[in-house]
Amino acid sequence: MSDPANRRVGRVLGINAWLVYVFLYAPIALLIVFSFNDNNNVSIWTEPSLRWYREMFGNDEVMGALRNSLLVALVSTLVATVIGTALAISLERYRYRGRGTLDGLAYLPIIIPDVTMAVMLLIFFFQAFGILDSLTGIRLTSGLHTIILAHIAFNISFVAVVVRARIAQFDSALEEAAADLYATRWQTFRRVTFPLILPGVAGGALLALTLSLDDVVVTQFVSGAGSTTLPVYVFGLVRRGVTPLINAVSVVMLAASMILIGISLGLQRGATVRGQKIADPASLLEDVSA
Amino acid sequence: MTQGPVTPELERAAEKAESRRGLLIGLPAYAYLILFFAIPLVLVFVYSFASRSSTGLTVLEDWNLDSYRRLADPLVIEIFVRSFLLALITTAICLLVSYPFAYYIATRGPSMRNILLVLVMIPFWSNFLVRTYAWRVILGSDGIASQISQVFGGEPVRVLFTSTAVLIGLVYGFLPFMVLPLYAALERLDWNLVEAARDLYASGWAAFRKVTFPLSMPGVVAGSILVFIPSLGAYVTPAILGGARDVLLGDYIVSQFLAARNWPFGSALSFGVMFVMLLATIFYFRVGAKSL
Repeated sequence: MSDPANRRVGRVLGINAWLVYVFLYAPIALLIVFSFNDNNNVSIWTEPSLRWYREMFGNDEVMGALRNSLLVALVSTLVATVIGTALAISLERYRYRGRGTLDGLAYLPIIIPDVTMAVMLLIFFFQAFGILDSLTGIRLTSGLHTIILAHIAFNISFVAVVVRARIAQFDSALEEAAADLYATRWQTFRRVTFPLILPGVAGGALLALTLSLDDVVVTQFVSGAGSTTLPVYVFGLVRRGVTPLINAVSVVMLAASMILIGISLGLQRGATVRGQKIADPASLLEDVSA
Repeated sequence: MTQGPVTPELERAAEKAESRRGLLIGLPAYAYLILFFAIPLVLVFVYSFASRSSTGLTVLEDWNLDSYRRLADPLVIEIFVRSFLLALITTAICLLVSYPFAYYIATRGPSMRNILLVLVMIPFWSNFLVRTYAWRVILGSDGIASQISQVFGGEPVRVLFTSTAVLIGLVYGFLPFMVLPLYAALERLDWNLVEAARDLYASGWAAFRKVTFPLSMPGVVAGSILVFIPSLGAYVTPAILGGARDVLLGDYIVSQFLAARNWPFGSALSFGVMFVMLLATIFYFRVGAKSL
């Protein structure tokens, strides 16, 4: 590998890699820097200030949208994680009729473009509310509840995929061994299966949180008057024009992403430590029989 | 677990109970996905054959193919072709940039590799809207790109609200989708095979073309699909960085529902896009299988 041609290829590869990193990070870095800029123009630097952050925290619309976003993300993640984990276990550990078709149904929401998903749910809620009104006289409108229902719909599949990858990694013999040692189904789940898939469940939940906090298109279609989330609110502002206030809000949203990434990386490290524990199943089985 | 002898009947009954239990565990998810995914998908299909009243409301009678006929309208075809080309160019640029990049990461030592990979994951997980918005700030008429250009005595950059800006935004947004599967394929690659080719006097280029690249094909296919599909249906990026003249599919579909209030045509458009995506996916898998 030491001939000059190879070394030249190596150098080109290295330069390309660092250029890609600059491309990936420069826009984010500039956005952060300019959010601390005291100027009405978004990209002309005058002097550092926290003016736009003060303005943001004093802005009721931004704060309301932020509260909505957090509520939607937390509720939809919680529900999607429980249902999605059960789905992953069902698909990965059991055989039953219709499983193939249902497996396909579970994957579709991941592949389908979000514009289509948005259109589907818009028509669905419109139609469902219409039918409900004509049958019972109850008039429902879109709002936070429709946003939450929609986010659960796309998050279930993502949670299931992440958890399935985790289940596929360990041997079902561990669960069978627990059963052989007279553990009940519930004990087996609580003391063997669940601890083993926990990193996957947490990873799936973090992905669901991220997707929920990211979504613009679906939310825009199913939100009612006065129930907007932070991304939809920011999206509306951006379409009208850029202001330094958006820079500050963007940095807060970035910070939220970063915190989630940090947790997820920490979990991955935790998972490898657990991996060593899995390599020694005897210790796990001691736990079960105790 | 059973006390007496295990008869075939007992075994069958146990198997049946087991499969019923499996279905039951998955049932909440299936019920949810049928109600909030499968039925809405069928509804869009039904709507695509519906007609409109004079006030623009959708009428669920007088079923017809008018919405699909309109897909052949030159204006609509132009939007399809424009979106298709833009998604194709985005995919090609992502592939050209990501391949050497993923190759570089995959050939580092284990600890360096992890750091470099985490540095790709961070933008991948970061808020998409915010990352797109950053380019709006950079490419604006008195934005940072213009300021830098003028420092070097150049013209102000007039890229915002053009297809070029959308292209930059799409490449920026979806690049990690290409890098990660490529890296996964290259990292799993058995480098002994490449070495064997070199031992048999293959040049570096020949070894790459005949051994490394074909072996990394699953990553190329997966990455291309992951970039192409969201690019074709992209809505946020064109809405923020694109201009009013170069309408793309995502924006066109949305406008049918929010502005034009032509739900049947918007539904037909959605199915048109999904059809193109399906064809493209099949094509990528075919090409991928052939080169192996």
